[in-house]
Amino acid sequence: MIQTAKSVGWPAAGNGGSSWVPVPARIVSIKDENFNTKTFTLEFTDERLRWSYHFEPGQFNMVYVPNVGEAAISVSSDPSQSRQMGHTIRLVGMVTRAMGRMKVGDVVGLRGPFGKGWPMEQLEGHDVVIMAGGIGLAPLRPVVYWLLQHRNRCGRVVLFYGCRFPEDRLFAEELQAWETGGALDVLVTVDNATSGWAGPVGVVTKLLQRVKVTGERTIVLVCGPRILNRVAAWNFLQLHVPAPQVYVSLERNMNCGFGRCGHCQYGSKFVCTDGPVFCFADIADNFAKEEV
Amino acid sequence: MPMSASPVATSFLPHAALSDLVNLLRKQEFTVIAPTVRGGVISYAPIASAGEIARGLIDQQDGGSYRLSQGEPDLYFQYVVGPDGPKRYLFPAVQQLCQIHIEGGKFVHDADPPRAPKLALLGVRSCDLAAMRVQDRVFSNNFEARSKCPTETFYSEARRQMMVVAINCTRPSGTCFCESMDTGPQAREGFDLAMTELRGGFVVTIGSEKGGKLLQGLPARPASAAELELAELKMARAREHMGRHLSTNGLKELLTHSLEHAQWDDVAARCLSCGNCTMVCPTCFCSTVTDSSTLAEGSMTRTRRWESCFTHQFSYTTAGPVRNTIRGRYRHWFRHKLSTWFDQFGCSGCVGCGRCITWCPVGIDITAEARQIQASQPQKETAAATREERS
Repeated sequence: MIQTAKSVGWPAAGNGGSSWVPVPARIVSIKDENFNTKTFTLEFTDERLRWSYHFEPGQFNMVYVPNVGEAAISVSSDPSQSRQMGHTIRLVGMVTRAMGRMKVGDVVGLRGPFGKGWPMEQLEGHDVVIMAGGIGLAPLRPVVYWLLQHRNRCGRVVLFYGCRFPEDRLFAEELQAWETGGALDVLVTVDNATSGWAGPVGVVTKLLQRVKVTGERTIVLVCGPRILNRVAAWNFLQLHVPAPQVYVSLERNMNCGFGRCGHCQYGSKFVCTDGPVFCFADIADNFAKEEV
Repeated sequence: MPMSASPVATSFLPHAALSDLVNLLRKQEFTVIAPTVRGGVISYAPIASAGEIARGLIDQQDGGSYRLSQGEPDLYFQYVVGPDGPKRYLFPAVQQLCQIHIEGGKFVHDADPPRAPKLALLGVRSCDLAAMRVQDRVFSNNFEARSKCPTETFYSEARRQMMVVAINCTRPSGTCFCESMDTGPQAREGFDLAMTELRGGFVVTIGSEKGGKLLQGLPARPASAAELELAELKMARAREHMGRHLSTNGLKELLTHSLEHAQWDDVAARCLSCGNCTMVCPTCFCSTVTDSSTLAEGSMTRTRRWESCFTHQFSYTTAGPVRNTIRGRYRHWFRHKLSTWFDQFGCSGCVGCGRCITWCPVGIDITAEARQIQASQPQKETAAATREERS
């Protein structure tokens, strides 16, 4: 069996008994990823919490910027090093832009981890195809770390990644290292080539023409904007990947993180507790239906 | 007194004893919440004496319309529910969750967490009791599908120490349909005492040991056979005079497959997306937590407010609101109440209180909309067809 850290729910220490109360965490480092995206590495100020906190790939935290508010952010770092948690954040909303003004050493709040992550147990013995668009690579990076650490447990691993411009690529050096490392195939495409880009141009699903996917042997993990999730899932189904082996991470408005506030409802599902990662077979009825 | 599904022990309490009941509850340090008249409507509010309970009034309710008028002066509970249910006392419309400031890398609490009140609900209706049982599933994690969610301490503590004196409805309003939802008009569970009002007083049924003890402190006498028969008759008549009816048979399944029904466009042309239905609904539980701060002290407050799925920001993401149209928002609310709620909580999200009909400014009627959807087959939609169209 795969040893993923068991979810411990939300940090219990020092939150006054209420799951709505964040726990303080310090910014350890900030890395610029692209023009509007930074990775913030956080560490609980309470040392005991650092040791008790574990997350599974695909889970998210509610990041609280003092005096401003909270945003749901997937953990993008190595799940085996959960004392420090990476949060790759596009600085585009009120809370995330405020986060962008924070500095190393500043204290923010955290609640988490929340949600159901990627099906790590199911990866074993399968080929793994990861398809990510834009910021969607962030919740999938923990999966890549896990795969690199347990490489012999899975078959072929392919990572498809698409973004708008070459300079928008997240984790650019790591993508490069993964590609040259040979443990997985990395194919990156951009919507708009700029000078110096010699790779593929076009939507990420077009990359499927370059690789042979053996349907029944493959587990597919998809995370990107709504349109990518849809087209990617349908493409993989057409390639005869069974619906129970196609997984998609969805984005919804999140407020509480534990199925209480109602914002993230998707049909009968609460994305924060039933997801954010869903098996296609479980959401086929509502998949790609507008405004559900 | 042991709990019993159909309690036999019944007493009669004269009208004048309502005062003793209020006093006794207050002596036991309960905050007594009872129906009063506020702003021309029946509203549950804390009372200091039985004199504050709305009396001699009847309500006329219909789609988008509510009026109180003079009824028989001696009778108390001839009206049914107003816009306001007991929900706000367990799940406050605005509630401060915490107040903190940062000191040396720690969050220091400047305020104690909210303390759960010790409430006695007097004159609560069986539809609202049913709604409370629905919300018990929302706010606790006893229910299996909710085992991952933390229990709301405030809610469950207030619920645990609550005393419930229910009133069986003998005169339903024009928008009531509890009979359809199997939630009334008679309170069958979840009360300590249940009363049926007759001329001169109340036939009282004991629902719990707590209730039995409470009754011992009151000037009750055994109810006569005639009184019992009259009480039964009144409730039977209430059952026959429901203002609305909803046929729930197969409705959950039908709604699962009715995403593209033409009726959603029809109702969207009338719905103002004002959110009134969600504010008066006794089972609606959505909320938003917002943060505010005092700049001088650096103290941060997290406040939870009731939220409505009829607002744009409710489903807002950086890619825009998920439910951008009134059609999508009404459809979400409607399907949630009558269909997806079953998947989430194993019960209906609608208890048939009729509030959403009465308080809709344009009188949209959940039972009428359901009938429209039931009357015609939804457009056939297959995953393949949708896929072809979209890819």
